[in-house]
Amino acid sequence: MNSGKLASMFDAGLRAALFGGLMIGAAAALFYWLNGRIAGVSGIFGDLFLDRRNGHSPWRLAFISGLLLGYLLVRAWRPELGQIHLQTNPAGMAIAGLLVGYGTRMSCGCTSGHGICGVARISPRSLAATGIFMLAAMITVALVRHSGLLP
Amino acid sequence: MRPLVALACGTLFGAGLTYAGMTDPARVLGFLDVMGNWDPALAVVMVGALLVSLPAFQWARRHPRPLLDTQFFLPERFRVDADLMLGAALFGLGWGIAGLCPGPALAGLASGMPEVLLFVAAMATGMSLRSWRVRQRARAGEFECKS
Repeated sequence: MNSGKLASMFDAGLRAALFGGLMIGAAAALFYWLNGRIAGVSGIFGDLFLDRRNGHSPWRLAFISGLLLGYLLVRAWRPELGQIHLQTNPAGMAIAGLLVGYGTRMSCGCTSGHGICGVARISPRSLAATGIFMLAAMITVALVRHSGLLP
Repeated sequence: MRPLVALACGTLFGAGLTYAGMTDPARVLGFLDVMGNWDPALAVVMVGALLVSLPAFQWARRHPRPLLDTQFFLPERFRVDADLMLGAALFGLGWGIAGLCPGPALAGLASGMPEVLLFVAAMATGMSLRSWRVRQRARAGEFECKS
């Protein structure tokens, strides 16, 4: 493959990233304007089974169902998109899931609630959280892939 | 009407994540791997999302309430505290191991891959553990996220 072809593929990937990002931003904006809610996935999902008072309100399940539906719609439209290449074994997935669940609940948000909505609100808590989870994840990847400390 | 809006917004959100390639842990770790063959896609996604959400959220400040409800539901905490910092660090650690965060993990459930289901089940367990710990220490004034 020549470098020109590689560059154009790269561009197509980044164009898709930009377009997808605009869709995500539009979803968060509409959800806030219409329903007055932050499109924070860890909060919406966790409250489904953790908030006994308000967790059963149907909009939570509707939003989470939409995430799955959106995935299926894109795959139906463009079957080459939405591929999932796993990066760790089942034990790694379980440990990572536990950490992501505990950590997002402890810091009251994840990449969507803090990273997109909170940063857009210019919330100091969200700006801090986003910087910290990005940095922690980058350090983790550096240790896993480049330190030689792990098998 | 509100559940319908939630379904539509969730669908647009999930479609955006998928279209952008963010449901693929390989792309996410490609961004987080700053010492390797760095993939800027996730940064481009964030910029694209903020191009819309930043003006939208700022514009909403001029309005007393959303179109379909009586108030905006915003977090009740404003201080950058230890829970926020430690929680974000734990989240980043897990994110860096698997390349999955809550939105892409839930959207990716629709792939039917058992490993993604395992991640989501573990994530729900982690969330429950945190909630249990907060309730255990409720008298000490520990905080559970509310909005």
